[in-house]
Amino acid sequence: MTITSSDRRRVRDTGPSGWLAAPALVFFLVFAVVPLAGVVFLSFTSWDGLREIRLEGLASWTTVFTDPVTGNALLVTAKIVFFSFIVQAPISLLLGVFTAGSQKYRAALAVLYFLPLLLSSAAVAIAFKALLDPNFGLGPGLQVPFLIQDWLGNSDLVLFVVVFVIAWQFVPFHTLIYQGGVRQIPTSLYEAAEIDGAGRVRQFLNITLPQLKYTIITSSTLMVVGSLAYFDLIFVLTGGGPGYSTRLLPLHMYLTGFKANDMGAASALGVILIVIGLGLALLLQRLGGKNRNDSQLEGA
Amino acid sequence: MASTTQLPAAPEAPVLTHATPRQNSRRAGRRRPNLPGGLGGWLWLAVIVLPIYYVVITSLKNQAGFFATNPMLPPAEPTLDNYKLVLENDFARYFLNSVVVTLGTVIPALFVSFMAAYAIVRGKGRFVNWTNNLFLLGLAIPLHATIIPIYWMITRAHLYDTLLALILPSIAFAIPVSVLILSNFMRDVPNELFESMRLDGCSDWAMLWRLALPMTKPAVITVGIYNALHVWNGFLFPLILTQSPATRVLPLSLWTFQGEFSVNIPAVLASVVLATLPLLVLYIVARRQLISGLTAGFTK
Repeated sequence: MTITSSDRRRVRDTGPSGWLAAPALVFFLVFAVVPLAGVVFLSFTSWDGLREIRLEGLASWTTVFTDPVTGNALLVTAKIVFFSFIVQAPISLLLGVFTAGSQKYRAALAVLYFLPLLLSSAAVAIAFKALLDPNFGLGPGLQVPFLIQDWLGNSDLVLFVVVFVIAWQFVPFHTLIYQGGVRQIPTSLYEAAEIDGAGRVRQFLNITLPQLKYTIITSSTLMVVGSLAYFDLIFVLTGGGPGYSTRLLPLHMYLTGFKANDMGAASALGVILIVIGLGLALLLQRLGGKNRNDSQLEGA
Repeated sequence: MASTTQLPAAPEAPVLTHATPRQNSRRAGRRRPNLPGGLGGWLWLAVIVLPIYYVVITSLKNQAGFFATNPMLPPAEPTLDNYKLVLENDFARYFLNSVVVTLGTVIPALFVSFMAAYAIVRGKGRFVNWTNNLFLLGLAIPLHATIIPIYWMITRAHLYDTLLALILPSIAFAIPVSVLILSNFMRDVPNELFESMRLDGCSDWAMLWRLALPMTKPAVITVGIYNALHVWNGFLFPLILTQSPATRVLPLSLWTFQGEFSVNIPAVLASVVLATLPLLVLYIVARRQLISGLTAGFTK
């Protein structure tokens, strides 16, 4: 392809050259793209974090694939991503629609809903550890027999506790996104529906939901990619236990690399995590029927 | 514009004004109340508030009171001893470290992202497109999966256990979402404004700071807040890239404190309250800005 002088002029006349993007690009290349390549490279090496890095071929990958803990970590990750999506998406959608209303008390509720966003995951995890204590926590406090359980010590229950705590922390954020989305729906649509005699449920299904399409995609993508990266919360809350019952992929990667000192295998796990994240994000965009660029433009 | 959009079917409804476009929408309360919505809203409030209430009252109990009284009842004799203990344990230093890391990340990240967003929105050509796509890809990938190469780079650069080790990768990780939000806002700045400034002989640099920045101030604030929350509450980078108390940031201090004072739950919870307090103060001061910024940032 040849570039004529008139092409050059058009480029110059329509806007700035790309150099303004250079500083951001450099940062991103050095601390995101290079490490991205690096994690692939390191997955073919063996390294304990201190000594020399040695090329090992597929040894780490063999380790990772033959280790039953990997399969378990994948399963735990899938469960946490799935259940936290199933729990968070409807709650935050409904709360978002609800708080977009104009009554004062809804605005006041929304103010309080925001609070968990201010807490760090470490703080949330520590708070819930105390709260869920079978002797000194919420259960004995409210004296509801069902609540008096060893929530974090029971490997059948702990996953759902984790999902609940994740929801507690992140539903407020997605509620906020949906609230903003609902507020951008033209009022005239509802007025027309009102005249046609459509009830609240009908309006929700036929106006709110379709109008929120791009908000749903944005929120879902953030939710899914976000839950793939949950680390702090689970690390502090359960440490992956009891046993391996909440050891999801990022945590497994950390423990393999920085506790078991096997950076090669940990890198292989990192690559798997990246592939899954990318796959899920692309899938969500496809389900939306548009790529992200379009959706951002048209959803505006 | 208000008079032309009066509701035909609801003569008792107030006239639509620009400031409150939803006042007379279906949510104005002239319809039967949304009972399930209200009920769900209050239920979620309980879910949000109960843990916070528990943390606060427990942090005001002494050890004996903690073991002896009902966990959900406020202490008979509230004490601030736990807070004193936490403050005596270098809380101020961790707080200062968090401030340095947060400002050190947010300001440069805003600066480079803003320039990049300008180049992406106003510029043309393959380089700009390619850069934009790269950043969008960064949104879809769980970048934390690259911590092992980052750890390698930071140790190699002899930055391990410094605050700079936290700042540099945090800037890079903040770029994708910052560029996305900023460029979405900047697309709304009318092209004619740029063109007329160009005719006046303005350089891109001047347009960037004298036109684009004032026009996208809400977005800049949004991005700043969003990144600040993330960095302030960040846990993984500090856990992996720092070690000594001299470089400890708040979320990590909660975790170490929990290890040191594991039997003193009220003191641990006091540290949770203390670590959240600065953000709470900020929230009370800048709530409106904070919430409207975040909502707009993700629904545009």
